[in-house]
Amino acid sequence: MSVGIVGYGAFIPRRRIKLEEIAKVWGADAASYRRGLQLHEKSVPGKDEDTITMSVEAARRALVRAGDLDPAAIGAVYVGSESHPYAVKPSGTVVAEALGITPQVHVADLEFACKAGTEGMFLAQALVKAGEVEYALGIGADTSQGAPGDALEYSAAAGAAAYLFGGDSDRILAEVVATYSWTTDTPDFWRRAYMHYPRHGSRFTGEPAYFRHIMSSAQGIMDKTGLKPQEFAHAIFHQPNGKFPIRVGKRLGFTTAQLETGWLSPWLGNTYSGASPMGLTAVLDIARPGDLVLITSFGSGAGSDSFVLRVTERISEVQDVAPITRVQLDNDKIYVDYGTYAKLRGKIRMGE
Amino acid sequence: MFSPARSWREFPQRYRLEAARCTVCGKIHYPPRLVCSACRGRTFETVAMPREGAVVTFTTIHVPPKGFTEQSPLDIAIVELANGVRVMVQVADLPEADELRIGDPVRLEFRRICDDGEAGLIFYGHKAVRAR
Repeated sequence: MSVGIVGYGAFIPRRRIKLEEIAKVWGADAASYRRGLQLHEKSVPGKDEDTITMSVEAARRALVRAGDLDPAAIGAVYVGSESHPYAVKPSGTVVAEALGITPQVHVADLEFACKAGTEGMFLAQALVKAGEVEYALGIGADTSQGAPGDALEYSAAAGAAAYLFGGDSDRILAEVVATYSWTTDTPDFWRRAYMHYPRHGSRFTGEPAYFRHIMSSAQGIMDKTGLKPQEFAHAIFHQPNGKFPIRVGKRLGFTTAQLETGWLSPWLGNTYSGASPMGLTAVLDIARPGDLVLITSFGSGAGSDSFVLRVTERISEVQDVAPITRVQLDNDKIYVDYGTYAKLRGKIRMGE
Repeated sequence: MFSPARSWREFPQRYRLEAARCTVCGKIHYPPRLVCSACRGRTFETVAMPREGAVVTFTTIHVPPKGFTEQSPLDIAIVELANGVRVMVQVADLPEADELRIGDPVRLEFRRICDDGEAGLIFYGHKAVRAR
């Protein structure tokens, strides 16, 4: 049985903060960050936006693209995030309730740093493939935080992407050709319980973590499928900043033309669990029937999930029926200053 | 207002915008009621409301109540939805209140409404945002 994406959707908050605005508060050189990380600005969630609200909106868009579908037919909902609003109480129950999917549904929250979104997608498509459920929803969403003044503060952003998987061939807009995961215990980034901000191994997050896992996972799925870089129309790699995804793509043998459609991070920042899945929404927004697409996530800790997708004829019917990712990224922006940003992100200690 | 049980009872209307349509006269009530305000009918069917509408009127609250103080100034609007039902909702993503005009098209988006302090429940519902 063929399994694939039957609906997809992205949500990007309207607020943005420019890299210069952060740099000037900490006495940092904005130009060197801009050059070094290839970042210009990042999205900022409002006080009333979190992983749950963005997941609901992204998933509603996925349902619109899936066509006339009874939400009760969805048998599994997985929300991947490292910023679930509750430490104990699932995000997925709110999402499933709001979408009208409850009560006959398997729900779980997932966490694996930046790859919790593709984990949800992996499980969702596997359950459909196994015949356990008719449709399954995999969501990646985050409102991540970097410690004030830390390098991560220039990139940690907010956004969500949702994918509905199904097995009915007349609804599939991108078939799952293959999946592949590559995981080791690599302590490059972590956050202990009750800690507000994560810690990381600085440059250790690069070669032994990001590059090794993505290279191995992407090469692994190409070996498994017998496909070569030039056969793909688009490739998306986890985007913690502007520089890494292009560098890892070039090393694997991809060209700028194959990489730039899904490359959102210079203007979006790192949306963690949403990052590579949102890149895929931008690709699907313009993809053509027959296109082969590679997506490889990366989650610190560390692991990479890869998917090879083949876009179907149905794609052209669904691209314009819900908000386009690039349109959300480029339009209706509200720029905030650092003071407003600090308030919105809960970085200001309030009185009782 | 911070009762888990009460918030739970309101999930259908807050999360899914479910309204009650009187099976006698057809009037749609949001939030749902036990007795129809038009014909005193007591039987209703559940209908989902559209998320698109237009601003009928709005105001800005500069001294919001507890639970909303961090959102000051608080923009509140009466929105007429596409099915003619009017709802009172907060307006989100409005940097300046003078950006809003009566008649502006809006849509309802899922947002955090308030929470019961840092250790308490988070309450979700819909807010109006300008249609993009």
